[in-house]
Amino acid sequence: MNIVIAMPEIFLLSTICLILLLDVFLREDCRMITYLLTQVALLATALLAYGAMDGEKTTGLNGMYVRDDLAGVLKISILLLTFVVFVYARKYLKDRTIWVSEFFLLGLFAVLGMLVMVSANHLLVVYLGLELLALSMYALVAFNRDDGRSSEAAMKYFVLGAIASGLLLYGISILYGLSGKLEFAEVLTYVSSQNVLENIPLLFALVFIVAGIAFKFGAVPFHMWVPDVYQGAPTAVTMFLGSVPKVAALAMLLRVLAESMGAAQPGWAQLLLVFGLLSVFLGNLIAIAQFNLKRMLAYSTIAHMGFILLGALTGTTEGYSAALFYTITYAMMAAGGFAILILLGREGFEAETLDDLKGLNERNPWYAFIMMVFLFSMAGIPPTVGFYAKLSIIQAVMQAGYLWPAVFMVVMSVIGAYYYLRAIKMIYFDKPEQTAPIQAELDFNILISVNGVLMVLLGLFPSALMGVCSAAMVASRL
Amino acid sequence: MTFEQIIFYLFSAVLVAAAVGMVTVRSPVYAALCLILSFFTSAALWLLLEAEFLGLVLVLVYVGAVMVLFLFVIMMLDLNTDPLKEGLVKHAPVGFVVAAVIAVEMILVLQSAPFQIATPLNPAPANNTEALGAILYTDYVYPFEIAAVILVVAIIAAITLTLRRRPDSRKQDISQQVQVKRADRVRLVKMKAETKEQA
Repeated sequence: MNIVIAMPEIFLLSTICLILLLDVFLREDCRMITYLLTQVALLATALLAYGAMDGEKTTGLNGMYVRDDLAGVLKISILLLTFVVFVYARKYLKDRTIWVSEFFLLGLFAVLGMLVMVSANHLLVVYLGLELLALSMYALVAFNRDDGRSSEAAMKYFVLGAIASGLLLYGISILYGLSGKLEFAEVLTYVSSQNVLENIPLLFALVFIVAGIAFKFGAVPFHMWVPDVYQGAPTAVTMFLGSVPKVAALAMLLRVLAESMGAAQPGWAQLLLVFGLLSVFLGNLIAIAQFNLKRMLAYSTIAHMGFILLGALTGTTEGYSAALFYTITYAMMAAGGFAILILLGREGFEAETLDDLKGLNERNPWYAFIMMVFLFSMAGIPPTVGFYAKLSIIQAVMQAGYLWPAVFMVVMSVIGAYYYLRAIKMIYFDKPEQTAPIQAELDFNILISVNGVLMVLLGLFPSALMGVCSAAMVASRL
Repeated sequence: MTFEQIIFYLFSAVLVAAAVGMVTVRSPVYAALCLILSFFTSAALWLLLEAEFLGLVLVLVYVGAVMVLFLFVIMMLDLNTDPLKEGLVKHAPVGFVVAAVIAVEMILVLQSAPFQIATPLNPAPANNTEALGAILYTDYVYPFEIAAVILVVAIIAAITLTLRRRPDSRKQDISQQVQVKRADRVRLVKMKAETKEQA
């Protein structure tokens, strides 16, 4: 059985239950304790996940759980990103008088779901982890229940998410019908023995599974939910939704497609190529027409997810590591970008439109600079990390022999740079429309500064993180 | 045609009819009842496949608990379903095309060799309740526990989204009731005695 192997998950679940019980007995003005315990739980779980990284690939719990360096890297990034996101979210929740502990508890459950997905070695476990994540997310989106838009977004997300889960489950069931197996290694043995492109039932299963995964990424043509959910959800939730689960989605892609169906790469690579190119195309073009900042960032997410899919479709170690590097750094940029939106808002006022960015430099030069770094990084302009991330993806795609997709990606990035630069122009060259002071507490300020500086540092010295990413891929034999 | 096949086609026909009815009938209560009928017939199909436990659980959980609650909810809500059905005629052709394409694809796939199995590869265990119980808490304990966590999240989410203090709801505050003083309840008003003429 080897239950101890799942120590990070078991620890996190026990802590969640403890916090849940404790919170019932806390007075309303002691919510800070819940928050602090949540953060401590995240950091402690990250330590446990770090301690479990030994360069070996071990399975346990009857082959349902895998512990390897890839899982370690993904888990630590999920936990640390959530930590940062919760610090940013605290300001939003406190300002809006929705300072309740359910946000953090549901967030912790979502993190638990992501950890389960990351360490899954069995299709059933992937599905259950995904549901745990999705269910917590639906509730978080609807969390500000006095807001009609937030409920609408949650409803849309829930219905479309349920359909996507259905697609994924249907694909898994056909695969199970064909192979009789659900464990990754056994599925791989079956898939390797087949001629994938000739085997119509297997391709049929593959299409459903890839569609389910693409929905979680929000890739075109399964992107319909992204802009509405991003716009409707409270900004703190949008920040969480737009950053951390992307890492889990990549984990699902790597585990399900690369690990258990690596031999079927010619089959799923074509699908991912179409999804990725469409995402890069539509995301960048439609973002130009957006006036609402949250919608603009939503379409920008779609474009970025296209890049990640294109990196992953290569099926090479370079492609996978580039996709992992891109995902982690993108999650950092997205969290930072939404944090600035939180900073610009205050009680009774949501900073949502491009106009709210106007004259940010006059109101606070340091925040304006950090926002510029985030936007540069999303656009992929050196020396920020976004440039290196895009570069490594394009390199991997070219090495795999896809020349014209690489050219297309470059062209679309240039077109996409327009709307990021427009926002930067508004920050620096327009007169401010708001005069309310922008202020935040010390922990928020420190983290947002570190986050912004990291974007530049990682761009100048990317090899450290890239080394970790490719080492994890090599250790997991991907 | 064997007796089993006759039963299978009978229940399948009822199942399909009930499923179509669920989507098309006007009243939500009838729709829920149609859904109950389709659950019943699929439970019967499971029994035909010798999966007694799953068939019984379907009846007990879905028909017995979930759908009854569902009916309560439908009856308590003042549902106006007309706006929901407005786009039906307009969107129906697209829906039919998509459904037809998927149906044809599925038929083609399910006709392929791997699915042409007359008897199950592994014979069903004699007592499948026992067989399920034996692996649920041993081999599948990890997925089982995750499923339990999902249910906890569902409870928390439901409470988060629905439990609220409504300022307009009337409720008793016992401590205030006990602390009440005579002065809060009785007011002595001094009035002039009325004379006969005034009355």
